[in-house]
Amino acid sequence: MPRTARDVVFVDGVRTPFGKSGKGLYAETRADDMIVRVIRELMRRNPGLPPERIDEVAIAATTQIGDQGLTIGRSAAILAGLPKSVPGYAIDRMCAGALTAVTTSGAGIAFGAYDVVIAGGVEHMGRHPMGEGVDPNPRFLSEKLVDPSALVMGNTAENLHDRFPTITKERADAYAVRSQEKVAKAYADGKIQPDLVEMLVRSLEQGYGLATQDEPPRPGTSMESLAGLKTPFRAHGNVTPGNAAGLNDGATGAILAAEDVAAELGLSSKMRLVDFSFTGVEPEVMGVGPVPATEKLLARQGLGIDDIGLFEINEAFAVQVLAFLEHFGIADDDARVNPWGGAIALGHPLASSGVRLMMQLSRLFAERPDVRYGLTTMCVGMGMGGTVLWENTNYEGGK
Amino acid sequence: MSTAIEQARELFSDEVVTNAISRDVELPYGAGTAVLITLDNGHDHTKPNTFGPGGLLSLDAQIEAARARTDIVAVAITGKPFIFAVGADLTGVPKIQTREQAHAIGKLGHDVFRKLGELDVPTFALVNGAAMGGGTEVALHCTYRTISSGVPALALPEAFLGLVPGWGGTYLLPHLIGAEKALKLIVDNPLAQNKMIKGRQAFEMGIADAMFEPADFVEESLRWAAQVIKGDVTVERPEVDKGEAWDNAVNMARFVVEGKLHGAAPAPVRAVELVAEAKNRTRDEGFAAEDDALADLIMSDELKSGLYAFDLVQKRAKRPAGAPDKSLARKVTKVGVVGAGLMAGQLALLFARRLDVPVVMTDLDQERLDKGVDYVHGEVDKLLKKGRINGDKANHLKALVTGSLTKDAFSDADFVIEAVFEKMEVKQQVFAEVEAVVSPEAILATNTSSLSITEMASKLQHPERVVGFHFFNPVAVLPLLEIIRGERTDDAALATAFGTARKLKKTAVLCKDAPAFVVNRLLTLFMGEVLGAVGEGTEPEVADRAVAPLGLPMSPLMLLQLVGPAVALHVSETLHEAFPERFAVSSELAEIVKEGKTAIFAPDLTIDPEVKKLFSGGDQPSEESEILERALRALAREIRIMLDEGVVAEAADIDLCLITGAGWPFHTGGITPYLDRAGVSEAVNGKRFHEGDPKAL
Repeated sequence: MPRTARDVVFVDGVRTPFGKSGKGLYAETRADDMIVRVIRELMRRNPGLPPERIDEVAIAATTQIGDQGLTIGRSAAILAGLPKSVPGYAIDRMCAGALTAVTTSGAGIAFGAYDVVIAGGVEHMGRHPMGEGVDPNPRFLSEKLVDPSALVMGNTAENLHDRFPTITKERADAYAVRSQEKVAKAYADGKIQPDLVEMLVRSLEQGYGLATQDEPPRPGTSMESLAGLKTPFRAHGNVTPGNAAGLNDGATGAILAAEDVAAELGLSSKMRLVDFSFTGVEPEVMGVGPVPATEKLLARQGLGIDDIGLFEINEAFAVQVLAFLEHFGIADDDARVNPWGGAIALGHPLASSGVRLMMQLSRLFAERPDVRYGLTTMCVGMGMGGTVLWENTNYEGGK
Repeated sequence: MSTAIEQARELFSDEVVTNAISRDVELPYGAGTAVLITLDNGHDHTKPNTFGPGGLLSLDAQIEAARARTDIVAVAITGKPFIFAVGADLTGVPKIQTREQAHAIGKLGHDVFRKLGELDVPTFALVNGAAMGGGTEVALHCTYRTISSGVPALALPEAFLGLVPGWGGTYLLPHLIGAEKALKLIVDNPLAQNKMIKGRQAFEMGIADAMFEPADFVEESLRWAAQVIKGDVTVERPEVDKGEAWDNAVNMARFVVEGKLHGAAPAPVRAVELVAEAKNRTRDEGFAAEDDALADLIMSDELKSGLYAFDLVQKRAKRPAGAPDKSLARKVTKVGVVGAGLMAGQLALLFARRLDVPVVMTDLDQERLDKGVDYVHGEVDKLLKKGRINGDKANHLKALVTGSLTKDAFSDADFVIEAVFEKMEVKQQVFAEVEAVVSPEAILATNTSSLSITEMASKLQHPERVVGFHFFNPVAVLPLLEIIRGERTDDAALATAFGTARKLKKTAVLCKDAPAFVVNRLLTLFMGEVLGAVGEGTEPEVADRAVAPLGLPMSPLMLLQLVGPAVALHVSETLHEAFPERFAVSSELAEIVKEGKTAIFAPDLTIDPEVKKLFSGGDQPSEESEILERALRALAREIRIMLDEGVVAEAADIDLCLITGAGWPFHTGGITPYLDRAGVSEAVNGKRFHEGDPKAL
């Protein structure tokens, strides 16, 4: 009997405020506690969803050891108090962890294996610095499988400036300043706060506190203030802490459901998963990944770039966003791109970022019934790009 | 604050200060800014938060800082992970020398805590973990309380130690939840082996206004607080009955306290009276009365004994005096139990549950063996029914406990304990049979209550492996385990015995191989003095009542009934044989046993008429006070002899044995602190058992 794919919808998303790694908000807070808080809040915000109806808890983390280990999806489900019958697993595609958790579990819904899933990610880069515990195979270098610079993300960003000589440091800085401005405005307009769940933070010295908003944004950032920053990856280079996302801690989660099940349970259907695509690129220019991933996706769907009304692109580095925009002939300050700012201001806790892009896109969709399609896209370490195409369930253009 | 406080601080110079740390939090729903105070002494949960003068002043400073602010809408207070706060720091209490100092400590607690109920903004206690005594009282002073459903213990245990919850507890709690429920916490639970309640019970009793799950307890509590502040949630509490119900509850508590203690311990009485008076007192009056009560009680002998007893069971019990180095202990992977009687069954169940290793019971008679194994399986089923274990665990435990008609089944056991008939030849025979099948290192343990370990081991090839392992009935209830070293017992066997005791969660005390060891020797002596008085012509009811002023858990004749007249007679004969000049054998008891009486009391708790007849005869009755005195003098003399003989290392071990093996009370500190303070030690032995205040370590 031929199998019919089911429509998959994004029901809801929640995240902790993002923190600065190191001495920031979450310095003494566990990663698993953060994702547990997110899962519990998703359940609270969606009381129509009986917990036993959740068929999978897919949680991403790049470094899957310590409090991000122990099959984080399963342990978080137990710690969150979901019924023991609800399974879970851990997933890793570096920066695109949560994005992959969504595509993988969402594909499971489309296939008919699941009705409802929770997908998300957590990364505490303070407790788990990038590269913790890795043991790269010596063949990478002996056989020149990848360039030595491929494992340091900042170096790959410098490499990207080499590949796109028209993307200057000034353009990157200007992009970064706009990202900060857009986040500041979005905060002032109350656009970001609805996605946040306040999180208890512990500090031996300061006692308990409550994280209620993102810690990384630096409102008031100017070209001048960025100009003097060091370029840690290359002497007289282009990539600075100001035009890149920082090292951050945070957790995100979303509920996905088959569209008919969402209707049955009275859950909201904020946007529809149309398609997704992952593509590999040379690891030393991993930042260009969203370009072929998006090309592949648009080609398969028979869409052009102009059909996309909203772009949520992860801002690991300004240069990587600009490379994408330049490739598709989109202006650096195009209003369709990251309207409420991005990771340069908000932060990029690796494996959790993908779902942040989605929850912002879903809220933008709600405000823009004139837009039918939107993309969430990210570059991924080790040379990949991932793009997810979403359809606005509020779209009125077809009526 | 006053110089008394400064003096108090010096007395508490070793205080591990629980710091109050403030941090602003933005409440959800735009409710405004709150100050969140965390109580944290900087250690993990194994060293809980407590309040000494330093901690109180730290909290005071934070409350004052919050009071000075006009930009906050609330103050919330919570603990560190797993611990809210477990009460006053008691380490400095023994050093308090004057009533003024004691009064100052009480007053300081009030002066600080009461501010939590008297700020311009509402205060919220977020009880995230264990809360006891002063910790519970901090919460009571707040305007509102939330509690985690994961809180493992909440209590006002002061009366258990010899104090009253005098930092507001006796006043605030009855006004919050009514006198009846309050007295349950303030008096009933402390007097019931210091029972504690869990978070859910505290919520159901009305102590907390809201309950949240532990996973995000503080966040959800703060959300709730925000809703309360905004008026979206209204806290409704049932009105407290300040009429007859209050008086009835107080009268009932008076009755219970008198029945249990006969005036032996002042603290519970004082606590009840504070609750009684709280009905018509103002806050100021109530708190002042608590200050006075604390000042009196802190200076009391009963509290000193209580703190000593607390340290005995909390600290000394964990480091048994004279136990060899742990590293010498051998592994126990299988246990043999010789015998299938009631005691053997209790032991088999305990070993299976705690050691999680196979346990084989043996008996010569198939029917008895089946009965023994069935008993254990039945007990496992009871645990299952009560929800203490699940089905898998029940299956596992049942599979662990098996029976065998031959001792071959012991061949791979590392620890074999016998619980057969109390006769030397029988036990020697059993050990010889066991030795024939087990490895040379296997421990042979005996649960004998009065026979010589050395003699029992004397005919074995490896006498160095024999230890005494004397449990107290009921095994599941009484923590004490007397571990007896025979003359030839080696360190490895002894270390294995102590290691096993630790896994069994028993309080092990090392005893010399002396007749009847510690508890039975002293209880037999004590009971013997009472029976002696009966034999001389005192009415048994009078003699039985004579020792009531000690506040023991049960009267001597009730104890006699529990032990069983036959067993009691047997032990007293053993002791008489060993020490004929000090231990008499009651001819009346011998008669009772001969007549086959197993109970002393009739079901209505009056003395069985037939027993009473057997008790009558003598013509030299004693006054109650004379009987008490002779019993205490006998104890003082015997304990001194035991210490001189080296039966245990120190007087503290005698007290630990009496508390954990016979349930003797905290307010007497076992018995030696009482004998010292009553002047009996000095009168009988010419010296006290403790120089100055008793010390547990």
